[in-house]
Amino acid sequence: MNWPDLSPEASMAAWTILVGAVSNAACALIGCYLVLRRLSLLGDAISHAILPGIVLAFLLTGQISSLPMLLGAMAVGMLTTFLTHSLHDFGQVPEDASMGAVFTSLFALGVILVTNFVSSVHLDADCVLYGDIVNASLDTVPLGAWEVPRVLGILTISLAGAAAFVTLFWKELKIVSFDPQLATSMGLTAGLVHYLLMGVVAGVTVASFEAVGSILVVAMLIVPAATAHLLTDRLVWMIGWAVAVGVIASVLGYLSAAWLNTSVAGMMAVAAGAQFGLAVLLAPRHGLVSKMAHQLALTLRIAGEDLVARLYRLEERQAQPYPQPLPPAPDSVAAPLVRWLAMLRLRWRGEVQARFNGEHQLTDKGRRTAQSLVRSHRLWESFLGEHFQLPLDHLHEPAERVEHFIGPDLQERLATQLDRPGVDPHGKQIPPEG
Amino acid sequence: MIAYNTAIVLLGTSLLGASAGLVGSYAVLRGRSLLGDALAHAALPGLCLAFLLVGERSLPAMLAGALVSGVVGVAVITVLRRYTRIKEDAAIGIVLSVFFGAGVALSGWIQRQTTTGSKAGLDTFILGRTAGMIRQDLYLIAAVSLVSLLMVLLLYKEFKLVSFDVGFAGAQGWPALKLDLLMMVLLAVTVVIGLPAVGVVLMAAMLILPAAAARFWTDRLSAMLALSALFGLVAGAVGTSISANRGNMPAGPVIVLSGTVVFLISVLFAARRGGLARLLRRIRFRRRLGEQMLLELLYELAEPQRQGQSFSVDDVAAAARWDVRQARRLLDSAARRGLVETQGEGQYRLSAKGASRAAEVARGSRLWTLFLLENAQLAGAFEELDVESADEVLPPQVIADLEAKLKAAGRLPARWRSDTAGGTP
Repeated sequence: MNWPDLSPEASMAAWTILVGAVSNAACALIGCYLVLRRLSLLGDAISHAILPGIVLAFLLTGQISSLPMLLGAMAVGMLTTFLTHSLHDFGQVPEDASMGAVFTSLFALGVILVTNFVSSVHLDADCVLYGDIVNASLDTVPLGAWEVPRVLGILTISLAGAAAFVTLFWKELKIVSFDPQLATSMGLTAGLVHYLLMGVVAGVTVASFEAVGSILVVAMLIVPAATAHLLTDRLVWMIGWAVAVGVIASVLGYLSAAWLNTSVAGMMAVAAGAQFGLAVLLAPRHGLVSKMAHQLALTLRIAGEDLVARLYRLEERQAQPYPQPLPPAPDSVAAPLVRWLAMLRLRWRGEVQARFNGEHQLTDKGRRTAQSLVRSHRLWESFLGEHFQLPLDHLHEPAERVEHFIGPDLQERLATQLDRPGVDPHGKQIPPEG
Repeated sequence: MIAYNTAIVLLGTSLLGASAGLVGSYAVLRGRSLLGDALAHAALPGLCLAFLLVGERSLPAMLAGALVSGVVGVAVITVLRRYTRIKEDAAIGIVLSVFFGAGVALSGWIQRQTTTGSKAGLDTFILGRTAGMIRQDLYLIAAVSLVSLLMVLLLYKEFKLVSFDVGFAGAQGWPALKLDLLMMVLLAVTVVIGLPAVGVVLMAAMLILPAAAARFWTDRLSAMLALSALFGLVAGAVGTSISANRGNMPAGPVIVLSGTVVFLISVLFAARRGGLARLLRRIRFRRRLGEQMLLELLYELAEPQRQGQSFSVDDVAAAARWDVRQARRLLDSAARRGLVETQGEGQYRLSAKGASRAAEVARGSRLWTLFLLENAQLAGAFEELDVESADEVLPPQVIADLEAKLKAAGRLPARWRSDTAGGTP
């Protein structure tokens, strides 16, 4: 218990955080595969179902965390998976219901065993539900000059085991996670990998059980992995992020629980949940904010292009550059607010100049943008008219939509294909390349 | 005569079990059983917050809080599933564990705030406690059960359609979304009133176990609903009696385990789908198959002479490439059923009854073989190819055609009539 150069309180805090961090890291690591394979709830089920096994092992050996218990739990984890599958197959009970039936029954059995046959400071109903990370960190064994929490040993083994499993079966797990059909067709024993994975999940769960309890271990398994899933598309990075989120959750969870004087495991789950909430909002590509920003940027680009094209057409009609009032908003150029924002963007980009009387005029840069867009529009109309024999009044609308997505490359191809037409089917001049 | 208090508790939990069974059937069929689990767990922080706001242990207020936070949890799941890349299973797991963690932290905080040492009774909501049930609680449970029952009766057809094919229900012009929401609301209310008795951790079991057990007995929705409600009622009543008589038992796990026993009985002994029925069917099927193989073999062995020859076990085993023990087992079994007669030491021959069936089996087998040779592409179209079912499955013209072909090849087993065959040597 003597973390060098620290007061006893700080030393205990450090050990508790370390215990939390190691168990969170192990759970987060293996949780990535649960999230990717959509097996999160099987993880939930296993973490509940191993309870009777833990109690029985405790009654036999008098200890919560031990190697035999780790192995026993792995077997129970695989058994839960097997029972769930066979109930589903034989009884035509939906898979989620058969899972629910198995794990709630086993959990109820475990609780009854605890409340009736165990009377010990190490294991009671509270510990089963929420874990007892503080007491677990107080129970130490000497290791060299240090007093190390006993539970840290089994946690380190479980972390190393999970890491070894992931490394050894890296390729197999990856294929099975992302493309189970391919895995089966390649002759990979997807079933074997599946059961092994469930075994490792059970092992990690049991090792973490003392620290966080049987319900909140689910938070440790799933929440960091789901957070990481929002942050990246690469498996290696996902695992890294998940472990980081788990470790941060254990630090924040411990500190906030100490501050509020409440359950450490509960606050670790809340801390993980808060990080998940942040990722849901702020993740670079998959976050809600960034999705909305992308959507807004696209909307503004399209509205802006429509605006400069409209100004260009007005100039065309006047046959010379001349300040034009903005035409009344037709449906195609979006809502007033969007139009106003789009205009602001155009002015900022220097494509449109505002005149003192509130009218707008294209700059040279804006005229080039507009010219290219109108060229795309009229080429597409010509293409539709030529190859689909659409009537004249059916050409404008598709072109109005497609014009924003025709780059210079496609423009060139369209022009070549159509023998470089001078005018579109309506008889309007197709502007030359910019 | 049971005590008044016991009667209230017993009635309350039985009603609770029945209405959870009823509503749970729809949840199970609709693939929502684990959403019920998430709902129950997510209710915990609401319970705690309501306690903080009201400042005392008022059941209606706490249940209202539970309902609100449970519904918020379900809403979060829906948002995560629709607007992010998080899949439903992970969303359920996240909401379940984070809300529960928040509830645990809150209740720990409340516990240390209130100097009175009253744990606010919050712990009883985690594993459930029935002893504290009073008359008002019973009224609440009865009202909710009655409303659920009425809904299920009045909207039977609509709920049925929505739970089996929501797309079709919508296409038929039913307000599928509203009906679905109504089912969700029933589920949420049932879960919440069950919390004091069964607890947040195991409430999902009360939805799942009776319904899953009932599913083993029937394929009809109406029967499943009735059975599931009955199973729930039994689980509630039995669990409560046990929990009340043993001091040290939280009610939730005991009620759930009673449900588990009902479920296990169903898994093992259900009429058609149960393990035992399955085993019996398999044994019967194997015996019939063995008998048919033996009869066909004996027929073919005797065919050249067209009369009842007798064969030793070794002859039969050699001809069929069975091992001798298997051959003896099949022959003995056929002899017990009067299909085969023993003649002297280890000699067997077809009895009159056996010869008749053997000819039928051989005919069916040859009809099918020929038919499938000519129509190999149809092989997958028949669910069960029983050699004695050709006449029932194939149309008469096809049979006649096949028989003509077999006759031309000299391989059509004569339909055995009692006056022409019998095989006296």
